[in-house]
Amino acid sequence: MTDKIPEEELKRLERVGYDSSGKLRRAGSFLITDNQIVETRKKEKDVEILPLKKAVEVYPWVEELMFRAVPEDKDEYTKTAAENPPVGYFIRALPGAKVKAPVQACFFLKTTRFSQVVHNIVVAEPGSELHIITGCISAFYVKEGKHISITEYYVRKGALLTYSMVHDWSYEVEVFPRSGAEVEEEGIFVSNYVALTPARKVQSYPVAKVKRDGFAGFYSIVYAHPDTYFDLGAATLLEEPGARGEIISRVVSNGGEVISRGHILGAASKTSGHMECSGLLLGEKGYIHAIPELKGATRDTELSHEAAVGRIAPEEISYLMARGLDEESARALIIRGFLDIKIKDLPEELQKSIDEMIEKATGGGAI
Amino acid sequence: MSGKLRDESKLYDSPPYILEVEDLWVKAGDNLILKGLDLHVGVGKLHVIFGPNGSGKSTLLGTIMGLPQFQVIRGDIKFKGKSILGLSTDERAKLGIGLAFQRPPLIKGVRLRTLLATLNGSDSAIEESAEELGLKSHLDRELNDGFSGGEMKRSEILQLLVQRPELVLLDEPESGVDLENITLLARFIGQLLERDKHIVDRKRSGIIITHTGHILNYLNADIAHVMMEGKILCHGSPMDVLRQIKEKGYRECVECLLAEQSREEAA
Repeated sequence: MTDKIPEEELKRLERVGYDSSGKLRRAGSFLITDNQIVETRKKEKDVEILPLKKAVEVYPWVEELMFRAVPEDKDEYTKTAAENPPVGYFIRALPGAKVKAPVQACFFLKTTRFSQVVHNIVVAEPGSELHIITGCISAFYVKEGKHISITEYYVRKGALLTYSMVHDWSYEVEVFPRSGAEVEEEGIFVSNYVALTPARKVQSYPVAKVKRDGFAGFYSIVYAHPDTYFDLGAATLLEEPGARGEIISRVVSNGGEVISRGHILGAASKTSGHMECSGLLLGEKGYIHAIPELKGATRDTELSHEAAVGRIAPEEISYLMARGLDEESARALIIRGFLDIKIKDLPEELQKSIDEMIEKATGGGAI
Repeated sequence: MSGKLRDESKLYDSPPYILEVEDLWVKAGDNLILKGLDLHVGVGKLHVIFGPNGSGKSTLLGTIMGLPQFQVIRGDIKFKGKSILGLSTDERAKLGIGLAFQRPPLIKGVRLRTLLATLNGSDSAIEESAEELGLKSHLDRELNDGFSGGEMKRSEILQLLVQRPELVLLDEPESGVDLENITLLARFIGQLLERDKHIVDRKRSGIIITHTGHILNYLNADIAHVMMEGKILCHGSPMDVLRQIKEKGYRECVECLLAEQSREEAA
């Protein structure tokens, strides 16, 4: 069904991890252009991929999951989503299923000034393993547009869910993802966010509630080009004993404005959380505002954070130049290294694609 | 400045010179650090520079390398007969000058292996040298992040082994290194400088700064200098100079300095 999409756009889909050639191993695919579902395909028996609207018909209980992890009345965007008929995916790993290959999903904005509104639900049933890579992309000719998305993750007992989102928007696109996760006993939820290309405005603040011995980790890599605005962050609420959380962000501003938030709440015994907000300023303009918050609500919690915002130290550059690298290469190497956080459980080809995007953002005269 | 001192600087080493430092005056910020320094290094030779803290030893090496914190206000530095003052640090590195830093910076995110690969090190050569230098497990660590003093020094030498400079500048390579590892380090420095080759076949030259002189027990150097107050004051055979310093400290050098100053005043 992807044959309706022009060749050059398919190439861009590949950049965000969406393989339409069928060469890469995928457990399934889901593709939306504007608000049309173009592809829903499952390739492994232990995974279900349905349009959310259909899922609600098949499984009445799905309706109960809608607007549970993300409150409907949270803001104007969640309200907008609630008013619209649900367009989006329902992805579920069956109990005990270990789905090693990732499910790929893509939201493609192809009409200028279109407001794309999506609602997604992900369920990793008890003891299952599920990896999802989602690319959000706009056609190269799209000048203005809006993407509003609600994504709710339910990680059941002992399940593992990794969710990696790569944004590849163009200037003038505004993006408002609203996500929430419930991580049950011994569940593991890993959320990766990568945004290396320009977007006028992105605002996102997923919240994970973590139960007994569960884990939620948020990892983000952001490169803010001039005239872009990112208000990003994550909250991890460690609600039951033994819950753990991690929030790690690496932000480079080459003139863009970035607010990097993080909040970890330790509300039960033997909980632990760690946060790292690192920012690198390259341009004369722009700023990085790191707001790490830790809230310990019991004596028996261990929470820590590191935050650092600054420019590249001149002695690092001259050190690399003494090895024979010219100034531009030295800076690029340092920036690439800065953005290189080893994201857990990431499918290899997505890591490769991210590496290439980092290469492109930091090489090729971008800095 | 006294022309006498400049002439004298050529006596201890013979041409062809890989490095000629002439009447070098250098500032770091507002501080005048090098005050008319002369030094000539012949091809294939290893020079040692002794001197108390603050005498300007690291400034000299950093200035030869072209590090931006040092400004040359007078004099010249020639590498293989051509002035390099107008060249940037990386251009000097590409010409064949390499520096083992005394305190290399921590560079987050840049792995030792990535840097070595960027310097055109082949995978097998990197692995092999790292193994011999006891740094194999450091290859995938971030540069100097949590490295011990000795590991940093070995990592510097490993980088130079990949870089293969013709003029090797070593800034206190043995400080913070335990005795066991000094032997290892000295062996690799010897390899960098082709000390195993016959003198006429040696193409690589070096300047080594040492505070303690320890490394000289494991590495033969050709000529030693004593530096004080931004100048080179005495020259001699490395072992003789080291013995003198060990016996009398830098006292005699202070006398040299005073004598030099009075000569200048008289002139």
